[in-house]
Amino acid sequence: MRVMVAGDTGWQKWKWVLFFIVPSLAGLLIFILIPILTSVWLSFQDWNLLSPPEFIGLANFQELVNDASFWQALQYTLGYILLYLPAAFVLGLGLALLLNQKLRGVVIVRTATFLPVVASWVVVSLIWKWIFNPQYGLINYGLSLLGISGPAWLFDANTALYALVITSVWKDLGYVAVLYLGGLQSISPIYYEASQIDGASAWQRLWFITLPLLTPTMFFIVIILLINSFQVFDQFWLMPMRDSAADRQVEAIVTAVVKNAFSYNRMGYASAMSMVLFALIFIVTFVQLRLQNRWVHYESE
Amino acid sequence: MRVSSTRTLPQVETEGTQQRHAERRFLRLLAYATMIALVLIMILPFGWMLSTSLKTQQYILRTPPELIPNPLSFESYTQLAERIDMGRTFFNSVFVAVVGTAGQLLVSSMAAYAFARMRWRGRNAIFLLYLATMMVPSVVLVLPQFIIIRLFGWANTYQALIVPGLFNAFGTFLLRQSFLSLPRDFEEAAFIDGANHFTIFWRIILPLSLPALATLTILSFMGSWNAYLWPLFVARNQAVQTLPVALGVLQAGPRALTEWNLVMAGAGISVLPILIVYLFAQKWFVQSVVSNGLKG
Repeated sequence: MRVMVAGDTGWQKWKWVLFFIVPSLAGLLIFILIPILTSVWLSFQDWNLLSPPEFIGLANFQELVNDASFWQALQYTLGYILLYLPAAFVLGLGLALLLNQKLRGVVIVRTATFLPVVASWVVVSLIWKWIFNPQYGLINYGLSLLGISGPAWLFDANTALYALVITSVWKDLGYVAVLYLGGLQSISPIYYEASQIDGASAWQRLWFITLPLLTPTMFFIVIILLINSFQVFDQFWLMPMRDSAADRQVEAIVTAVVKNAFSYNRMGYASAMSMVLFALIFIVTFVQLRLQNRWVHYESE
Repeated sequence: MRVSSTRTLPQVETEGTQQRHAERRFLRLLAYATMIALVLIMILPFGWMLSTSLKTQQYILRTPPELIPNPLSFESYTQLAERIDMGRTFFNSVFVAVVGTAGQLLVSSMAAYAFARMRWRGRNAIFLLYLATMMVPSVVLVLPQFIIIRLFGWANTYQALIVPGLFNAFGTFLLRQSFLSLPRDFEEAAFIDGANHFTIFWRIILPLSLPALATLTILSFMGSWNAYLWPLFVARNQAVQTLPVALGVLQAGPRALTEWNLVMAGAGISVLPILIVYLFAQKWFVQSVVSNGLKG
């Protein structure tokens, strides 16, 4: 039953609807919807921002396939994901299990691990760039105490990726743990009580109760981390040392898009690249959704 | 997990339970060691930032590195002030974050009101459109938004930094959820008393949705304060440049390889305000960041 109220009929009502929705809808149209369509359109154009855009069909995409620097960016992005994702996933779970214990001081740990989440990527990148400094940085000093001569880290194209991954895991650990915590706290205590009567050990409880019931949260976390890490930018842009081998080679897809657009003024080509990234994220998410019933257990099943 | 340590259930004392007690003690010790190590790993980089910023130029390049600066020097902060107009840059960051956050709250809450508290033809279709835009990665938007900003003649203006961020569909989504949960009774009574939709929105719905508004405030403020990619391309000019962009320029400068005390001083100035606010409103920050993850 709908309650009829004053001014809630006909044109009177529409005036109010428009009043509330137009600012948002107009903005969404101009700054979100039109840009999305423009991006699709641009990916079929050749445009340097100066002369008028020229339709070139699939030429941008054909060029992408043969562009060694794009494949390299893709390779580095995938390499980054391959190292970052399992580390963040496992360490985040470990931290969440720790934070979920009734131990004194757990609050301090949560506060501390969440500090880097609040800090900006720029600040975090710069701090770790200094820590990874091969001559004067803390990491190589620490390694030297162990008698190891540390690598050139952000100067070297091979080791730079490890530095980026370590920094990213450090920054995101608290975030991942907090996502896990939500899942951990929603597991019904009944299961643990029952298992205690059966005399299950802590490890058995972890393995047979906590982890299976946590799989929906794990699934969610994997998807979020995948979507985010495909779009990694700030640390790749800021951390490699200027004019070093790492600077010339280490590239993420988004840094490649930005370079093509704003350094080489190749708007069409850059758009095509961003479309490929969008498609990649879409496909990976879709595959994950399809694979989920192989390993995700929902409590109601 | 919590249950295991607090509930006491009838148990038979056996060798097994004794062994379990020993195991638990060992685990507890391990947990505390891990906790201390974790706190150190998380705090040390920030401490190192602060320490480096308080050292002189030649002192930062000394090995072995020393955690406590001696002599203590504010040289890097005064040099930083000569290099970058810190007052201006700081103001830009604050201004863009405050105005952008206020704007996003207003635009999103109004739209959320229309979606949650009014019935109109096409409502669900348009809301689906909002949801669909949330799935598009931001890099797809950056280039065309940049072109639109140029078309409007907004390059290097505050508008360029603020306006595109106002229309993030996630804000509307978040507030709609909260508005939907409010009972209809209040507004029906108000309607009968002759109140109009704006009065109801402003006097009833918004005051009852403070937690959701706080969540969006934190997300929006943090997003704006920490943003890098977008400001990097629309606001490089010193007059409107924000802290992250200024920091990026500083660390890429020709003397950047040795001026780490300056870079760390800038990083400190840019990160301390938000860390302090976080320490006072931790619960809200954690909750906000989690709800932001949920949009995925």
